[in-house]
Amino acid sequence: MTSPAIRIVSATKRYGSLQALAGVDLEVAQGEFFGLLGPNGAGKTTLISALSGLVRPDGGIFEVMGCNVVSDYRNARRNLGVVPQELVFDPFFSVRELLRIQSGYFGIRDNDDWIDEILANLDLTAKAGANMRTLSGGMKRRVLVAQALVHRPPVIVLDEPTAGVDVELRQGLWQFIRKLNRDGHTIVLTTHYLEEAETLCGRIAMLKSGKVVALDTTENLLRRFASHSLSVRLEQPEVAAALGGAVTAGGWADFPLDRYEDLEPLLARLREAGAKILELRLGEADLERVFVEVMNRA
Amino acid sequence: MHDGLTGFRTLLYKEVLRFWKVSFQTVGAPVLNALLYLLIFSHVLDRHVTVYGDVAYTAFLVPGLVMMSLLQNSFANSSSSLIQSKITGNIIFVLLPPLSYREFYAAYVIASMLRGLFVGCGVLLVSIPFVDLPMAAPAWIFAFGLMGGAILGSLGVIAGIWADKFDQLAGFQNFLIMPLTMLSGVFYSIHSLPEFWQKVSHINPFFFMIDGFRYGFFGQSDVSPWLSLAVVGVCFVFLAVLTLAMLARGYKLRA
Repeated sequence: MTSPAIRIVSATKRYGSLQALAGVDLEVAQGEFFGLLGPNGAGKTTLISALSGLVRPDGGIFEVMGCNVVSDYRNARRNLGVVPQELVFDPFFSVRELLRIQSGYFGIRDNDDWIDEILANLDLTAKAGANMRTLSGGMKRRVLVAQALVHRPPVIVLDEPTAGVDVELRQGLWQFIRKLNRDGHTIVLTTHYLEEAETLCGRIAMLKSGKVVALDTTENLLRRFASHSLSVRLEQPEVAAALGGAVTAGGWADFPLDRYEDLEPLLARLREAGAKILELRLGEADLERVFVEVMNRA
Repeated sequence: MHDGLTGFRTLLYKEVLRFWKVSFQTVGAPVLNALLYLLIFSHVLDRHVTVYGDVAYTAFLVPGLVMMSLLQNSFANSSSSLIQSKITGNIIFVLLPPLSYREFYAAYVIASMLRGLFVGCGVLLVSIPFVDLPMAAPAWIFAFGLMGGAILGSLGVIAGIWADKFDQLAGFQNFLIMPLTMLSGVFYSIHSLPEFWQKVSHINPFFFMIDGFRYGFFGQSDVSPWLSLAVVGVCFVFLAVLTLAMLARGYKLRA
């Protein structure tokens, strides 16, 4: 039986009066593209930091590819690549120097072929000899991704990797990360761009106040927590309330729809109630609505 | 290619490259400072003061200046590297890889020793035209140079980890390292001091580092070089154990 890429059991961490992690259990299978979502202060970065050895948890078990991050930290860290949230860099070195140094830290010498491949995929080849200080924010962000990949880790954690990256570069970055995922790398992503998580992640965990409050496949989450919706602007909006709709400003009313099949019966009921429809919009279920719903319920 | 020591060697290489890339500031400037001390003090005092009977003051001064520069720069290397990395956040690139705390310690301290030795050798070289300096027992010079660098490199690691801002590090440097260095006999023999201050000097480990180092040049010193070696050795072991304990606990590094 293959070990999970990531296994976290009963993780706890307290900073003074703040309970950053309050008993988190989580398993990510090898090869998954997994999303870790939550509002600011939910515990996402603390969880990632504990997994990568940057933070010492108060309790719990953290494993990467079956290696305990405390007792077998060398193998656990070799199996993990982390792209940090903050835009940090060492101003003394060029991009290539940094990547060679980072390879060396992981015990890898003569890594230039792989470094060249990463640089090409991240559109950084022309900047290989440039000092970090001279790069734009987006380029620095891509160098952080490159640094996380130099030792070819099977598990890659990306903590807000596209913050400050322009749309074109973001697309290129996701293309590369998807390729890595197809090649068998496990990807764990935290992001505030929920549409990215919805598009990319097969499974998602949502954290609030240091606890996992939702954990399922993206498809199931969309089905369970967020229905489609029908928004109509009515000549007599007060009719909507009697039919279960929520009246909003400008004569609009929103009706939840579990399935598209419910649309025709709803329109029929509106007609029967004598409501005259002036405008109509169909709303798709999306992760943002799921997120808001889950956070409100938790 | 993988091997067990590559991580340590890379961190050492990075730390050496870091100061070498700005060697004008990290090596050149301290050598110039020491040269200015030498020119001014030797001009003022050389004709008036002799030490150990017949040793000219300028000759007496040079080993003190070499050691003072070595110590201060060993401290500056590890402390400034760590606090800069902590404040800018790039310390995570050293904390994420599979480096042990012993490798971390060894790399930072050895890099500090190398910078100290570079600066010390630089001061010695620029002093040669001004002074006829014997080397009675080079092994002692080497031993105290290495030990002094290791002690101050360790102190630099402690200060760099402990300090949360540059202000705190400056306090460590100005209120601890600098007074201990200045009151250690760099510029004078402690036999020229009143008895009380001689006794105070004997509780200053920097005095033993400089006195033992000076013995290597003149074959004479204020106290036995063996006593100095013992004091310096105990200091090093104490600081090494303390630093390793801090690193093993992840004190202020792995929150």
